[in-house]
Amino acid sequence: MKQKKIANVWAFLILLAGTVFMIAPFLWTLSTSLKEQRNVFEIPPKWIPNPATFANYNEVWEQSPLLNGFLNSLIIVVTVLTIGLFVSAMSSYAFSKFEFPLKGVLFMGLLGTMMIPYSVVMIPQYIGFSRLDWVDTLLPLIVPGLFGNIVVVFFLRQYLAGALPNDLIEAAKIDGCSFPRIFWSIALPVMKPALAAQAALGFMGIWNDFLGPLIYLHTPEKQTIQVLIASMQAMYVSQSNFPLIMAAAVIAMIPVILVFFFCQRYFIESLAISGIKG
Amino acid sequence: MQTKKFSGYRRKELFWLYLFVAPPVLGFLLFGLVPMLFSIYMSFQDWDMLSDPTGVGLSNYSELLKDEKLYKSLYNTVYLMIGIPIGMVISLLLAILMNRPLKGISVMRTIYYLPVISPIIAVSLLWQWILNQDYGLLNNLLWDWFGIRGPNWLGDPDWVKPSLILIGLWGGVGGNMVLYLAGLQSIASSYYEAAEIDGAGAWHKFTKITVPLLSPIHFFVLVMGIIGAFQSFSQIYVLAVDGGPEYSGGTIVYYIFQHAFEYFNMGYASAAAWLLGILIFIVTLIQFKLSNKWVYQD
Repeated sequence: MKQKKIANVWAFLILLAGTVFMIAPFLWTLSTSLKEQRNVFEIPPKWIPNPATFANYNEVWEQSPLLNGFLNSLIIVVTVLTIGLFVSAMSSYAFSKFEFPLKGVLFMGLLGTMMIPYSVVMIPQYIGFSRLDWVDTLLPLIVPGLFGNIVVVFFLRQYLAGALPNDLIEAAKIDGCSFPRIFWSIALPVMKPALAAQAALGFMGIWNDFLGPLIYLHTPEKQTIQVLIASMQAMYVSQSNFPLIMAAAVIAMIPVILVFFFCQRYFIESLAISGIKG
Repeated sequence: MQTKKFSGYRRKELFWLYLFVAPPVLGFLLFGLVPMLFSIYMSFQDWDMLSDPTGVGLSNYSELLKDEKLYKSLYNTVYLMIGIPIGMVISLLLAILMNRPLKGISVMRTIYYLPVISPIIAVSLLWQWILNQDYGLLNNLLWDWFGIRGPNWLGDPDWVKPSLILIGLWGGVGGNMVLYLAGLQSIASSYYEAAEIDGAGAWHKFTKITVPLLSPIHFFVLVMGIIGAFQSFSQIYVLAVDGGPEYSGGTIVYYIFQHAFEYFNMGYASAAAWLLGILIFIVTLIQFKLSNKWVYQD
């Protein structure tokens, strides 16, 4: 018993040291963002900015259309998540609970998509979208997502297989419930926790996406927040204006961290479920 | 009558079923298969997107195989994978430490997970500042605490990749830790009790029960880690501008990106993209084949 207690104390201390290592970079970023530029190069480094100033945030906000960036990111996330998740839920329902000709071939084909890395389709997609004159619009980043996501379909299919009893569907059928109605009022509510988990993961994935937006969006007003922040770095790193860059980094992090704190349960759950199922 | 009514229902059901699975199938054709086939064709063309494409046969491929930067980017990409096993060990150890009734454990878990959800661009900027040679926090602390003069992390070709691995570990261990934690909690305690009766010590329990029973998670983390490493781009774009000093940080996706969207060599970049695609395919296939040998299934 005593031995166990000592082990627990050691575990706690090691974890605490790790926690410091994990959080220190965030605190340092925050601290730097509140300093005046001439105080940044002090040695030894000071953790508490003195004087503290919000001027960097003001300047970053004025220099770059960050509000547009947030809105653009938000538009992409919201449309892709609502429509894409709904569409994924539909097909996962069909794949998990019913038999139909060509089902196996179609599903295997879809699974094959997971093997195609984005970099292989990135160039032909770009050429296609530029033919449609969609470059420098949000469309190339939204439209492909509206067709559902195979990883999500796969995950939801597994979930439904365990969570939705076939008898329930049969009973609804006998009661004269139509196919879309059964999906809407029986299957979809059952899927809710899994959908929430996927929404949490999807939000992070889309919000933090960089390569796609970087390729397609060129006008600053049309760029997503990540692209704006990255271009800001190119502007200020040559002047060594680290407080400004750190302010930009903090601004980019705040929404994700807020969402994370409010939906933490779903994040941890989604990761845990997908990991074990995967 | 009865059978006819059912076949009518079945026909309707089939209509709905195909309608329900249509979007992802259509999406796969439009954004997966067709671009993929087009990309094969592209890889035999010379095209800058301004003039018409001209067929050049295999010359994109032969040029590709002659480019020293391609080998460098391949080497860098594989080098960065060293971080995967290191990360696995650290996250498993963290999960084991966390899998006990400690005060403040949920707060710690949140903090370890914070870097996982943070935007990779912001994270890269933050580390760029911390790893700054003269004024960065890390080198200052190294000097103050240990009297070590820290290297020029992101400016010295020898240190760029270790820096990227360090950042990757900081950003990734939290996620895998959560996976391992879930795995640990699913191991029945009867295994450990039986082992204790047989007189097994902590080390034996760890190597003979914990590690093998977590093998599906090792597998998942490994496969996803390797696929992710093959695709790494964003942190390179920020931290190793132009591939970094002596192209010491350029990864294969960065190489493709440069050729496609900076030099507009669409055909050449397609050939490189294909090379990467085939590589990922082979590596993933090998992993699945090998997995039969070591992944424990119940």
